[in-house]
Amino acid sequence: MSSNEPLIRAENLKKHYQNESDFIDRLLGRQQWVKAVDGISLEIEEGETLGLVGESGCGKSTVGRTLLQLHEPTDGTVYFKGEDITEYSSNELRELRQEMQLIFQNPQSSLNPRLTVNDIIGEALDIHGLEEGQSRDERIKELLELVGLSASHANRYPHEFSGGQLQRIGIARALAVEPDFIVCDEPVSALDVSVQAQILNLLKDLQEEFGITYLFIAHDLSVVEHIADRIAVMYLGEIVEVGTPEELFAPPQHPYTEALLSAVPEPDPGWNPERIILEGTVPSPLDPPSGCKFHTRCPKVIPPADLEFEQEEWRAVRSFATRVESGDLPLGSLREEYDVSDASEFDEAIREEHDIPARLSDPEAEEILSETIQALEQGSFERANDAIGDAFETPCTVHEPELQQVEGTEIACHLYDSRYQDGSVDESAASGQPTAAVSESDD
Amino acid sequence: MTTEQTHQHAKRGRISIDGFDAESIEKREPLSDWQPSLESEEGKGRLYYAWKRFKSNRLALFGAAVIVIMTLMTIFSRPITVAGVPVQPISLAPYDPAAQDVLTGYSSPSAEHLFGTDWAGRDILSRIMYGARWSLSIGFIAVGVAMLIGVPLGAIAGYFGGWVDELIMRVVDLLYAFPFIVLAIAIIAVLGRGYWEMVMALVLTGWLAYARIIRGEILSVKENEYVTAAKALGATDRKIISRHILPNAMAPVIVQATLSVGTVVLAAAALGFIGLGLSPASAEWGVMLNVANANGAIRLGYWWAAIFPGLAIFMFVLSINLLGDGVRDAFDPQGSTSQNREGGGL
Repeated sequence: MSSNEPLIRAENLKKHYQNESDFIDRLLGRQQWVKAVDGISLEIEEGETLGLVGESGCGKSTVGRTLLQLHEPTDGTVYFKGEDITEYSSNELRELRQEMQLIFQNPQSSLNPRLTVNDIIGEALDIHGLEEGQSRDERIKELLELVGLSASHANRYPHEFSGGQLQRIGIARALAVEPDFIVCDEPVSALDVSVQAQILNLLKDLQEEFGITYLFIAHDLSVVEHIADRIAVMYLGEIVEVGTPEELFAPPQHPYTEALLSAVPEPDPGWNPERIILEGTVPSPLDPPSGCKFHTRCPKVIPPADLEFEQEEWRAVRSFATRVESGDLPLGSLREEYDVSDASEFDEAIREEHDIPARLSDPEAEEILSETIQALEQGSFERANDAIGDAFETPCTVHEPELQQVEGTEIACHLYDSRYQDGSVDESAASGQPTAAVSESDD
Repeated sequence: MTTEQTHQHAKRGRISIDGFDAESIEKREPLSDWQPSLESEEGKGRLYYAWKRFKSNRLALFGAAVIVIMTLMTIFSRPITVAGVPVQPISLAPYDPAAQDVLTGYSSPSAEHLFGTDWAGRDILSRIMYGARWSLSIGFIAVGVAMLIGVPLGAIAGYFGGWVDELIMRVVDLLYAFPFIVLAIAIIAVLGRGYWEMVMALVLTGWLAYARIIRGEILSVKENEYVTAAKALGATDRKIISRHILPNAMAPVIVQATLSVGTVVLAAAALGFIGLGLSPASAEWGVMLNVANANGAIRLGYWWAAIFPGLAIFMFVLSINLLGDGVRDAFDPQGSTSQNREGGGL
């Protein structure tokens, strides 16, 4: 292991799950894949804490477990101390378990209710034959005291402890094998705030004492800010921004990071937040959006090159275009709700429902839009789709952004890519940047 | 001051709160001399609480008592000798269950023969006491062996999933497609009559339920994070199943097993009744009923020849069901209080 090699490094890590399907579906090849983690690369230096944040369901926990090889990755490699551990045999993996451990979110379900604390922590020692007999009990007591519990707790059952105490037992279990790397999977999310602070401090103290490296998964940015040296923000199975807390919390930022940060509360009564409310819900990882996965909700989608838009107007039109493309427009209930009788009323209803102004500022765009709405009025999604076609296409819906250096942080967003800033979809038309192969990824 | 407070701004960080200073909280003067204490003094497992709940269920205790008495009675009914050495010399049965008096034939219950005698003049009380050796042992052995087959197979199917699961569960489905008693009759028809043949038939039909129950239970237990934790520690699959999954998945199986001892004894009796059980000379309860029926005992007024073996079957199955219900309630901490109020969980 060379000295500049990070402790753990993942390259283009992917984990796709097969959607629940029955025998017939499998026979007909009608299986769907949930892209829980879709090509992630990250590095964690020795002794460092990398925070991983994101909405629920964005694949944070899957990243943690795939790094530990608890789930076999679909694609990509993980290097631990310079060695490719995705190639390890089950025996080698068992050895590796001594060096990598996991701390869980729910302390109640992460401890077997039928075993005493002694057995729970002792199991780690037994599996790897670390200690036996008298010294085993000594070691368990030592571990309990290390995590701030009393040695006399060893013979009790999990249901006799509080949530914070249980989490400490979970930490003691992870520490028993003296690991170098611990994945903390939302370790404080299930605890109340005062106990959260104690557990975070305990984790920090342990890091100082033993030089442990953490991957700290959380959905609470304020918690991660406190403990992490670097933070990675995930959206729908991909990392959209990586940087130190200071860099991440200051512009330039990925629009998603910006939205996440605007949701962090501030203890200031005079504070009047400019909350960025993201439209809609997280798209299904079964069928993620093309291009930038965030484009369906992004408040800063790049407008097309040849059309002129107000940002808000453009966001509304873009959302409408997405709905038309997916065919997801309940026209019947819309007609009922707005009491539509003729074509012009239908046009108004559509515009009102989707927050689109009565006339778009750009005449060309206006023409395309009215044509689309006309087609919809006549009940033809196909023609509507043709009409809206490529006109409202932007780099965000076509090309998948990759992480690139932007003033210290790494951001995956076309806003910071000079090739796309003017909104032209064709990358070769823009200034000749050498980083090619952007649109390769629609697999 | 007030104008400052009403002034709205979007800037962060005007007020900073040092929220993670746990040290000062730990070091401050205690607010009272209250000490956080643990729930109980000594570690007590779920079994302890289950036993406590079971003890307060009178019907279940009654069932357990009847079963214990019946078991003791049959053990001590006649001496047991193993390889010529008397293991158990006590003989509670008033007569030899095989001692015949064909000339007298049926005699009604009296001080001499409490339950009367059958067509061959054999004392029915002695035969019931002695015959329980077959009826009861078939019940317990068949259920025990069925569990030994069903639980590991179901556990493997549930834990590993995939094609192993498909294979095992399709076999289970296949066997479930036959009505239980018809399948048992078919197996006996192939194997022939006899004690072990009957056990075999009941095991082959009985293991299905355990496999299904334990598989379903394991599918939910294996999602627990302590299973992932054990994997993360490098535990082997065998160790994970036996140490973490099975102990947390066994409760419904134990309930099912208790209840099905009754079903199996009933099935053995039914097979005996239709003439597919043990030899007509044996004192197995179902066989006794069959013989009485074949001889038209009730029609001829010799009711005792059929009533008492029937009562014995009834009492045993009732008791085992009461016990089974008690065990189920004992393992279900949420249901226990309301069911006690309603009177013992029936």
